[in-house]
Amino acid sequence: MAKQQGPLTGTQTLTIGKALNLGLRRALEDDPKVLLMGEDVGRLGGVFRITDGLQKDFGEDRVLDSPLAEAGIVGTAIGLAMRGYRPVCEMQFDGFSYPAFDQVTNQLAKMHYRSRGRITLPVVIRIPFGGGIGSVEHHSESPETYYMHTAGLKVVTPSSAVDAYFMIQQAIRSNDPVIFLEPKARYYEKGEVDLDASLASAEPLHRSRVVRAGSDATVVGYGPTMRVLRDSADAAAEDGRLLELIDLRTLSPLDLDPVYESVKRTGRLIVVHEAPTNAGPAAEIAARVQNECFYSLEAPVQRVTGFDTPYPASKLEEHFLPDLDRVLDAVDRTFSY
Amino acid sequence: MGDKPATKGRPATKARSGARRSRPAPTPAEEAALQGSVPEPEFVQLLTPDGERVEHPDYSVDFTDEQLQGLYRDLVIVRRLDLESTALQRQGHLAIWASLEGQEAAQIGSGRALRKQDMAFPTYREHGVLWCRGVDPTAPHGLFRGNDHGDWDPAEHNANLYTLVIGAQTLHAVGYAMGINYDGKVGTDDGEAAIVYFGDGASSQGDVHEACVFAGVYHAPVVFFCQNNQYAISEPVERQTRTPIYQRAAGYGFPGVRVDGNDVLACYAVARHALDQARHGQGPTLIEAYTYRMGAHTTTDDPTRYRTGSEVESWKQRDPISRMRSYLTKAGIGDDDFFASVDADADRITGRLREFVIGMPDPDPSRLFEHVYAEESPLQDAERAWFEQYQSSFVGEGAH
Repeated sequence: MAKQQGPLTGTQTLTIGKALNLGLRRALEDDPKVLLMGEDVGRLGGVFRITDGLQKDFGEDRVLDSPLAEAGIVGTAIGLAMRGYRPVCEMQFDGFSYPAFDQVTNQLAKMHYRSRGRITLPVVIRIPFGGGIGSVEHHSESPETYYMHTAGLKVVTPSSAVDAYFMIQQAIRSNDPVIFLEPKARYYEKGEVDLDASLASAEPLHRSRVVRAGSDATVVGYGPTMRVLRDSADAAAEDGRLLELIDLRTLSPLDLDPVYESVKRTGRLIVVHEAPTNAGPAAEIAARVQNECFYSLEAPVQRVTGFDTPYPASKLEEHFLPDLDRVLDAVDRTFSY
Repeated sequence: MGDKPATKGRPATKARSGARRSRPAPTPAEEAALQGSVPEPEFVQLLTPDGERVEHPDYSVDFTDEQLQGLYRDLVIVRRLDLESTALQRQGHLAIWASLEGQEAAQIGSGRALRKQDMAFPTYREHGVLWCRGVDPTAPHGLFRGNDHGDWDPAEHNANLYTLVIGAQTLHAVGYAMGINYDGKVGTDDGEAAIVYFGDGASSQGDVHEACVFAGVYHAPVVFFCQNNQYAISEPVERQTRTPIYQRAAGYGFPGVRVDGNDVLACYAVARHALDQARHGQGPTLIEAYTYRMGAHTTTDDPTRYRTGSEVESWKQRDPISRMRSYLTKAGIGDDDFFASVDADADRITGRLREFVIGMPDPDPSRLFEHVYAEESPLQDAERAWFEQYQSSFVGEGAH
């Protein structure tokens, strides 16, 4: 990541990683109760350098290098939130977030409900997620379904620099626990961000968005798969098929109204994600779309997803991950009905 | 009270000496259990099972007669509330009950050592601690009846809700205590501290280990109060650890101390000292209150399957209430009128509990969807709307 330390102003071209870094910086500046916690987030700036330079500028009490203990990070964040702080926890990798699973799903997610609203826990859990970085096992998981399935959590994932910058700040301001999934393979993708734009003017946190209009089929994805969707739309256009692309941005709560509207126009839906097929996000989306758009559908909802295997060794991940050809194949299938 | 050495009590067992063997030799406690009697270990004690006051070089108490009477009153009332709750479960008014019988001194001693500004994190058996925090004694019963998940305000009473996943709350307490540090509320007499309750079984949990790591590393003003009641449901403490629990503190870099958990005066003195240390910026302490759960783990349990009658009998001789009563009598602090008035208070309070529990209405179904989120909640809103419509469809059919 570029070591640019210019003023936080104007429209700048930023990587997703740098946009997250600047979003965290803004949140730390705006609210003294915001704390960053995690393994290596301090002096190292995180293994992906997302927290680069923040401990230097905000001190060890605001940016905590935590013991190597994921349940400890989330569990103490709960206590800090009960004390009035707004902790932002980093799970170093997706596969290492599972030791904290009890604290996230049994404690963090349920405290507001159990206490009948007396306790709010404004905790953000940042998880770099998804594959495609050629790493060893446990470094490329897609855990989103676990968290989507747990009431009490909100689950969001940006796919662009501008969303990264604003969504992390919105997540930190939320009074609910937010699982913030960062598409790690896309940390270096660049986009323009207007750093002067107010948070209030940004797209709301829990809204999906049509990112490309099209009339022939609807393709839905989020986070790491959005680049594949864009490439697929370009390729399909050469064949004369105009795909409408929707970035979900939010997995819990799902915002499917734009999807319903789109499917009612196109009659065709393809859902793309890296997580395995079985009981994955696409299953939920397909079921709801069937309920809402049954008479508009020209074909069954198609899923392009990871396989129902453990995440494979990295020399095999190109076969596991949804790619341009698999998306186009699904497009062909939906037109074969 | 002066500075304390890092640890107190008996050194580790000698079971490791001798030739290699496939299984470690029984600990003294195991041997004693096999023989049907349990020796008292070395611990801080200020009141013997016979009700004799004894001195300890490091810990003392300075109660007035009225305060001593108050402690006795607390012990009696929380036991009566507990026995009444067990009876309510047996009569079908509660789904389950987790009894504190035998652990009253540990809870009242430590609970009375707390100041208003301190925060308590209980597990699910700390009815005596809640009593000390001013929580209405009927408040936990919604949880055990199945009406709610605990209906008291943690912020109002500085007592968190019960936690059923073993040991999870130790991390919350440490995080809260880290927040006390960040708020600068340590280092003076009106500083704040957190105390977290857990059992001997919880000492095996990873969360408890991580909590101790964080507490040590961040020098958090927290007291770990382990009630070693000797059993995690059916498993004896030897199935959790081969090391006395309080000695584990040394590995985390803070003091550990073992106290007679059936001695309310010693529990008070030890907890007060640890809380003072925390409030004054001296960091965490692990207290092991050595006690015994006289009843079942919960009302679903059958302790006769795993405990001998003679073991239970030997612990009965160390009852926390009878020793206090004996002491008050011998010291001329309590007479028959006093004890009768305490019993009358207990009758009145348990009568109110019984009336409350039996009359507790089922919760309104709309509660199902309340407070899932603090902010927008579209999925739950949609489900609630559907559910209300569905419910209303039965009106007129006589189904509801």
